[in-house]
Amino acid sequence: MSVWSLWRRNLLIWLALLILLGLTFALAYIPLGPFNIVAALGIAAIKVGLVSFLFMGLARSSALIRLAAAAGIFWLIVLFSLTLSDILTRLSGR
Amino acid sequence: MTTIAAPSGDLPVSSEPSYLSAGYTLGSWLGTSDHKRIAILYAISVTLFFFLGGIAVTIVRVELFTPEADVVTADTYNRLFTLHGVIMVWFFMIPSIPNIFGNFLLPLMIGAPDVAFPRLNLMSWYLNIGGASLTIYALIAGGVDTGWTFYTPFSTMFSNTHVLATAAGVFLAGFSSIATGVNFIATTHMLRAPGMTWFRLPLFVWAIYATSIVMVLATPVLAITLILIVAERWLGLPIFDPSRGGDPVLFQHLFWFYSHPAVYIMVLPAMGVVSEVITCFARRRVFGYTFMVYAMIGIAGIGFFVWGHHMFVAGMSPYAGLIFSFLSFVVAVPSAIKVFNWTATLYRGQISFDAPMLYALGFLGLFTIGGLTGLFLASIPVDVHVTDTYFVVAHFHYIMVGGTVSAFFAALHFWWPKITGRLYPETWARFAAILMFFGFNFTFFPQFIVGYLGMPRRYHVYPPEFQVYNVLSSAGAVILAAAYLMPLGYLAWSLVWGRRAGRNPWDATGLEWQTASPPPRENFPRTPHVDVGPYDYHPEGMSPAPYQPRHRGQGDQA
Repeated sequence: MSVWSLWRRNLLIWLALLILLGLTFALAYIPLGPFNIVAALGIAAIKVGLVSFLFMGLARSSALIRLAAAAGIFWLIVLFSLTLSDILTRLSGR
Repeated sequence: MTTIAAPSGDLPVSSEPSYLSAGYTLGSWLGTSDHKRIAILYAISVTLFFFLGGIAVTIVRVELFTPEADVVTADTYNRLFTLHGVIMVWFFMIPSIPNIFGNFLLPLMIGAPDVAFPRLNLMSWYLNIGGASLTIYALIAGGVDTGWTFYTPFSTMFSNTHVLATAAGVFLAGFSSIATGVNFIATTHMLRAPGMTWFRLPLFVWAIYATSIVMVLATPVLAITLILIVAERWLGLPIFDPSRGGDPVLFQHLFWFYSHPAVYIMVLPAMGVVSEVITCFARRRVFGYTFMVYAMIGIAGIGFFVWGHHMFVAGMSPYAGLIFSFLSFVVAVPSAIKVFNWTATLYRGQISFDAPMLYALGFLGLFTIGGLTGLFLASIPVDVHVTDTYFVVAHFHYIMVGGTVSAFFAALHFWWPKITGRLYPETWARFAAILMFFGFNFTFFPQFIVGYLGMPRRYHVYPPEFQVYNVLSSAGAVILAAAYLMPLGYLAWSLVWGRRAGRNPWDATGLEWQTASPPPRENFPRTPHVDVGPYDYHPEGMSPAPYQPRHRGQGDQA
């Protein structure tokens, strides 16, 4: 892959991320009730996919590299789940 | 499992000039990509920060000599203990062993000419110095009073001190940590000498590897957390402000997700050092090498699951407290395995009490006391009583200072001949090691008692009945300060007048002792081949040979 095509590809990914950011911003002002958060998280998931699979090149990587990336996701799950074990049970018993 | 032994045959000593002779200009040091020189750069900066943090805590101990506020005001006191914490944790403890000894020894121990990314290595040092500069700017501009933990909402809504500059400094230092971690992981995976299989690696290499994994996985969360502080303080975003729907306890979750594993960033390399030193000075193979490896990986892994024990009284739910309490007890298991295995290594060994060994034995006792008091704190009912008291201060100082700093000095003395090519005066070194052990206990053991009696941490005044413990503690701090200054003196002396070390003054196994002292720029004249594992101090299944006194400085002159 030439330097120019690399730049073009990454600029396109960056542009897509900015468009998605704008979409997140716009959706915050549209009253969707509980679906506001669902929409925001959905867009965030698309951004994660763009960065990991295209920008980081995991789509074309070996299994070992993907495993290393998945390890990061695993620790993120640890962070979220144990934090939520507090936040989701904080009012129990009151 | 494979036995552990040294590489077969002595490697030829290089006729190349040592890394110290590779250039004498300032530019040759500040632009170097040699891992050994970068280690020296870290040693200089880290030593500077150590004494800076030490000055701050000296004033703190002077203030606590009496129950009244007769040296500094409450505001100044807050800034002083924050400065001590920030400098000692972020700029001394975390970079000390991994960045000095990890940098110097990792390539030497695996038979590599350098780390995987030499220029990234230098950039790590500059990032560290950049972060430290920002923090020192904050200090000169008036300091910061949030404590080293930057707890919200105080840090984001109420503090009028230089939180942003300090947070930015720590943020930069975090990137240094990540870059170092990536570098060490890549080095360990890619640059091992032929025959250096995973289970032939010295335990120090395993320790640095496990530490690097923690650095890479945890530090980004700290970076994000610090950005959120900046976002709330500077941009007014309501992330941690409870009056606008934020959650201040969420900050503690994010912060401790990094900062508890950070304790293992400090302790795991220390464990690696102690493994190397004890096996050498007991002239005995490490007992249960594979268990030692798995225990280290276990500590690194489980260390990520226990951060909530810092938050039992912060408003966290009892259910989550239960989970974190259980997991905190679990992480003690691999730590205990290591302590038992070190003890078993000593059993029937031919022990010699040289200075590095004295420091390592000090580590063993102090780390055990620190670890067992950690179990007190992992137990919620006890923690509710002693949280935010001097009991906690004593506990983590036993781990960080009694453990990591003892190991740091063990490493400094053990590898000093390799780093400098000179021997230090052994009698002085032994005296300093013993003085440090007594000074440390003198300083921190009374804090267990006064904490249990209810003296809160971070207060500059206290009821008169606590004075006797604080006087003991302050007197111990004077002894400890003397013990820290002594190595500065005799090690500097040894640089000029110390005897030449030869390449292996301790008769130790391991590739780093097979090359010249100090090593040449490329470490080894030719790539070493390893056909057995480390710690081959005696044939497997047999006891060590009776101890033969070593003739230091004799034999093969580098």
